[in-house]
Amino acid sequence: MIVQRPKLTWWERTYLPQILAGLWLTLKHIPRRKFTRQYPEEKPLLYGDYRGAPVLVKDADGRVKCVSCQLCEFVCPPKAIRITPGFRPENRFDANVEKEPKDFVIDMLRCIYCGMCEEVCPEEAIFLKNDFAITGYKREELQFHKEKLLELGGVHDDKIWKWKNK
Amino acid sequence: MADTVKLTIDGQEVVAPKGMNLIEAAKLVGIEVPHYCYHPKLSIAGNCRMCLVDVGLPKLGADRKPEIGPDGKPVIVFGPKLSIGCNTPVAEGMVVYTRNEKVTKAREGVMEFLLINHPLDCPICDQAGECRLQEFSVDYGKGQSRFVEEKVHKPKRTPLGPKITLDDERCILCSRCIRFMKEIAGQDCLGFVNRGSYSTLTCYPGNEPNTNYDLNIVDICPVGALTSNDFRFQQRVWFLKETKSICPNCATGCNTVLWSREGIVYRQTPRQNDAVNQCWMCDYGRLNYKFINDPRRLTTPWVKSAAVGERLSLTWPEAIHQVTDRLRDAKGIAVIGSARATTEELFLLKKLATASATVVPHTGEADNFLLHADRTPNMAGARLVGFSDGRPSGEFTALVVLGEEAIPSDVLAKLELLMVIDLLPTKATEAAHYVLPGVTFAEKRGTFINAKGRIQRLNPAIPPVGHAWPDWQILAALLKELGAGNYASIEDVFADMARTLPALAELNLSKITDLGIDLSHRFTQMNTDSSVDICVASVAKKP
Repeated sequence: MIVQRPKLTWWERTYLPQILAGLWLTLKHIPRRKFTRQYPEEKPLLYGDYRGAPVLVKDADGRVKCVSCQLCEFVCPPKAIRITPGFRPENRFDANVEKEPKDFVIDMLRCIYCGMCEEVCPEEAIFLKNDFAITGYKREELQFHKEKLLELGGVHDDKIWKWKNK
Repeated sequence: MADTVKLTIDGQEVVAPKGMNLIEAAKLVGIEVPHYCYHPKLSIAGNCRMCLVDVGLPKLGADRKPEIGPDGKPVIVFGPKLSIGCNTPVAEGMVVYTRNEKVTKAREGVMEFLLINHPLDCPICDQAGECRLQEFSVDYGKGQSRFVEEKVHKPKRTPLGPKITLDDERCILCSRCIRFMKEIAGQDCLGFVNRGSYSTLTCYPGNEPNTNYDLNIVDICPVGALTSNDFRFQQRVWFLKETKSICPNCATGCNTVLWSREGIVYRQTPRQNDAVNQCWMCDYGRLNYKFINDPRRLTTPWVKSAAVGERLSLTWPEAIHQVTDRLRDAKGIAVIGSARATTEELFLLKKLATASATVVPHTGEADNFLLHADRTPNMAGARLVGFSDGRPSGEFTALVVLGEEAIPSDVLAKLELLMVIDLLPTKATEAAHYVLPGVTFAEKRGTFINAKGRIQRLNPAIPPVGHAWPDWQILAALLKELGAGNYASIEDVFADMARTLPALAELNLSKITDLGIDLSHRFTQMNTDSSVDICVASVAKKP
């Protein structure tokens, strides 16, 4: 295809009309409200369904809600989750739940924040929270283990109390 | 065709042997009738009511002949109620519907009743993923419970002997375990107590299951009520890869499935083979798999070297080269084989020998069911390729040992070269000049010949640990370096065996299907050959 070069008038060939139009656009924005944010100091406002870093939660009794059914490990597309299953001690208040993770590792370098773990969890134990800037100096720092995930997750307000009467 | 009857199941004509029940007859044409309590190897209890099917029989006239309807076909009369498939034998002209509306509604009802008191704790239940209740809930469940009352609570986490944990709430009272312990294991120890929804599976205190076959009740439990302490909470079944294998712990050669994930074997379960082990295996064999992932496994070839302290790791080409150099210098080579090795490996090992080729027998007590007195899986194979019992004898200065540790000390004293292929550090590897790491039965291909002369196939479930090589590959590399044979694959080895051994003539690895091939008739034909006496003897004893 041959595109014909447009014929410019003398006035257009000075380029002044375009420069003036550009300056006018800039001038129009000067009195308007700013919409850039000073990011590291100013955090963005995130909403409830934001999908940030996955964390583990405890219920109000302090029970680790995860029972290590390993469905999140199974569903995780980038295989970021790795669970070592274990027993709950016989004499603890939550012994009736029987099973809990001995270790629960999320490789935050692999996590793609898709939220499938949260969706698949039958125990409402894993949630994607608002934390989106996960950084570290070493690879090991980004292997989030059970303690760190529980610390980040805190307590979840449990509505169902599934294991109360089991 | 007097022994068969013709019937119609879901519109498909089926020819089934007389006396067969409807579940099995439907299986013949690929129709699954859901069931819990029925098990083909156990007596029929008929208590789960899941296998209800709609059964019709031809209407008989006064002359006891089927009445013919206006369409020219026999008139079929259906029962007012459904029949259980497991205890209804096939009959001539029978018409069965396994999926019509009446049947589906009945099964939905049965499922709802079964789920009333079943705790919905699939996230912590080990059976999840292989649970019949889960599977049929998907097919016939409601998705929601109409039960608003409190569920019945029963004992949880009850130890049932040292190997099994019982969760009574999950039990659906199918009684398979009771029947297995009574009919197969021979210890009548389990039973139900209490009535109605309070019925509970239990055993009399002090009479816990205590046979060598207890763990089979874990396999046949359709739900997660019975769990094996060995596998409990170790891994979810949906991660595990199933590999068809053979139990290497005795000469019966039970067919098994190895369940592995990422190079770790988590459990071993029996696989149905009616010619060998039916559906069962003994606990001794089942639980003896831990050596596969033993952290002490040998992973690199090494040479005992005075110059650099105790041991010097070698690469495989170095190791093969050095060992063959030393073998060439030796005045005679004797070999000690293990009847735990595959037939192919023993065949190659025999080729290395210029002096004696011996195997070390390992025996224990037999139990007249599955556990054989010979605790090696392949003694018949070892005999077949020419190994005999006894001490290493003849003229030799080099000894090659495959997977055994008992070397007589006087033999050890006169050796110039001791090469050991093994899995774990043993007395033999301590004494050896060269150690080459081999692999377990779970990591290699090959065949075992069991005590009844049945040749069966191994499949690799996991990759070799560390730098270990399959034993046949080590031996093939040594033979190649010595110029005594060129085997590129295990098929080559088997082809050579089939050429030289009449008992294996015209066989190859693919012809040995997953269920193996019975070669006992070939052994009996050759019964002048004393090398196969073990097979002949055990075949003769066969009831």
